[in-house]
Amino acid sequence: MSQIQEKTEIVRIERLTDDVIRITIDAPEIAMSALPGQFVMIRMGNSSDPLLRRPFSISQTSNAGHIQILFKVVGRGTRYLAHCREGEYISVLGPLGQGFKIDMEKTSCLIGGGMGIAPLLFLGKRIRQKGLKVDPIVILGARTRAELLPLLTDFEQLDLKVHAATDDGSLGHHGLVTDVFKTIDPGPDCMTYVCGPKMMMAAVHLYCKKMEYSCQVSVETAMACGMGACLGCIVPAASGGYVHACSDGPVFDAEEIVWEI
Amino acid sequence: MSPKALNSSASVADLRVSLGDLKLKNPIMTASGTFGYGQEFVPYMNIHRLGAVVVKGISLFPRSGNPPPRIVETPCGMLNAIGLENVGVERFISEKIPALQAINVPVVVNILGDTVQEYSEITKRLADVEGIAAIEVNISCPNVKKGGVAFGSVPKMAEAVTKAVKENISVPVFVKLSPNVTDITEIGRAVEDGGADAVSLINTLIGMAIDHRTRRPVLANVFGGLSGPAIKPVAIRMVNLVAQAVSIPVIGIGGIETTEDVIEFLLAGATAVQLGTANFVNPRASEEAVEGLTQYVIDEKLLSVRELIGGLVLS
Ligand SMILES: Cc1cc2nc3c(=O)[nH]c(=O)nc-3n(C[C@H](O)[C@H](O)[C@H](O)COP(=O)(O)OP(=O)(O)OC[C@H]3O[C@@H](n4cnc5c(N)ncnc54)[C@H](O)[C@@H]3O)c2cc1C
Ligand SMILES: Cc1cc2nc3c(=O)[nH]c(=O)nc-3n(C[C@H](O)[C@H](O)[C@H](O)COP(=O)(O)O)c2cc1C
Ligand code: FES
Repeated sequence: MSQIQEKTEIVRIERLTDDVIRITIDAPEIAMSALPGQFVMIRMGNSSDPLLRRPFSISQTSNAGHIQILFKVVGRGTRYLAHCREGEYISVLGPLGQGFKIDMEKTSCLIGGGMGIAPLLFLGKRIRQKGLKVDPIVILGARTRAELLPLLTDFEQLDLKVHAATDDGSLGHHGLVTDVFKTIDPGPDCMTYVCGPKMMMAAVHLYCKKMEYSCQVSVETAMACGMGACLGCIVPAASGGYVHACSDGPVFDAEEIVWEI
Repeated sequence: MSPKALNSSASVADLRVSLGDLKLKNPIMTASGTFGYGQEFVPYMNIHRLGAVVVKGISLFPRSGNPPPRIVETPCGMLNAIGLENVGVERFISEKIPALQAINVPVVVNILGDTVQEYSEITKRLADVEGIAAIEVNISCPNVKKGGVAFGSVPKMAEAVTKAVKENISVPVFVKLSPNVTDITEIGRAVEDGGADAVSLINTLIGMAIDHRTRRPVLANVFGGLSGPAIKPVAIRMVNLVAQAVSIPVIGIGGIETTEDVIEFLLAGATAVQLGTANFVNPRASEEAVEGLTQYVIDEKLLSVRELIGGLVLS
């Protein structure tokens, strides 16, 4: 796996809602080697403040050498990124981390919440390309229709049927993705791929445990380097000690880590 | 700059410096805990071009470190409370040293311990291991409650640890000083008396971050070590003070990101420097500093980079 740093050009900016933005970056080397679930570290300008790069999942790659990032404005770094213009250059490091392990034998179930939907699009696309016999089940949740609809459309373009859930009931099920998941029977051989808020992933993990489904989760932690050097990104491991989200993860088997609920 | 121009300039510019018996091809090193065990940076840069690499602090036995959260960004810097997570000396010797040797760069092993005995034991274990250019003794880690803080803040204890390490190994010994003391020159002189071949400074400044919304400390360890550009002025002053107080070489550390920063530390009195947090932001930062310093020595028509050391112009 090649890991590189690039001065990359922002080729497209799409404002999906007031605070959810998708940017397309020209990064051929990253696009070529990236795997679903991997992430990039993006520098927020050239100044010392904010100092550290910010991690973002790769939400799509294209044969044209582009990668896509989907993000929500939550603080200074993402605000900076939101103000970038098409044609501007940003520094991107990646692809980083261990992505999802696609299980060809099992029924895939992709469950995403909020910005956690980002890596699942890339995963859905890859699963489609691999041509699994059974269509993947996709369940996506977000706060509102405005936030979810543009993301849903991407999945539908892959010819994937999506079960939607929103916090305010403005699209699909009024409530949690776990409620939706519980109404679906994927059969006993199910591999669940989950990314979203911690509570959501914990709930899905608990349900998978009960149903004896396999479950992979993509976790978020604070990160300084994204490449295994600072040891800042730990997650308590079920076997004792810690694992590192940036180098051992961000995707883990849900059984591998400790869930504090 | 084209690679070709660089090659030709590299042969002209004299960047060599000495730290005790250790001769470095240039004064640029990486700081402990910010460069992993070296291997992590192979995909990004040419590590062999650095003066030396300092690895993550090693203890006698493996340590799992502090619970999360361990890091938080602060203005122009970051706080860390890693808690000295490391693989322990045995795995370091069997796994990390061979990989580092393949890179062909001088390796400085940063060590830590809870007691003077532990420092001497780990040193003994490293004494006949091949591929170690020098030892850097961390007497200043502010993260672990039982950690090095006591050694680093009491001159007599700092001296005792230095002696314990010196007695047990033949390679040069650097002692890394804590800035969290009343008078850092006092500690510098003490470790010089203990036989240190060089001092490196500064380690992180103890700090604390509070989340106003939760009213809780951000770090699980409550306190953490501040690093990055925010600490550069503090570091430069301390390097300047210690360089005047001791006669052994000083290795300058603290917020160094660019060639200009390196030059400033050399002028303050440092013989070599280490880049820390900058590696996280730009994994090529240290190699770029080698390139930049090379060009500077050529552009300024210096006979050697050593002309800069302590070259601060006053009044
Ligand atoms: C592996 C990985 C992949 C990620 N992928 C994505 C992605 O695809 N899209 C995306 O939008 N984000 C993603 N994130 C989260 C993203 O990195 C953060 O949102 C970002 O670093 C925030 O930077 P900031 O400077 O804007 O906020 P900061 O100024 O650092 O933080 C501002 C405030 O927001 C809080 N905060 C931080 N992160 C989040 C968050 N995720 N949600 C809500 N509040 C938060 C902080 O605690 C703080 O109080 C990912 C994180 C990791 C570790
Ligand atoms: C994440 C992190 C881990 C560190 N771990 C160690 C360590 O194990 N031993 C040590 O002597 N110093 C350690 N340090 C301190 C650095 O080596 C350096 O002294 C300090 O960060 C100041 O330099 P900087 O501002 O360039 O980062 C660590 C620093 C950081 C940021
Ligand atoms: S983010 Fe630095 S080790 Fe994971």
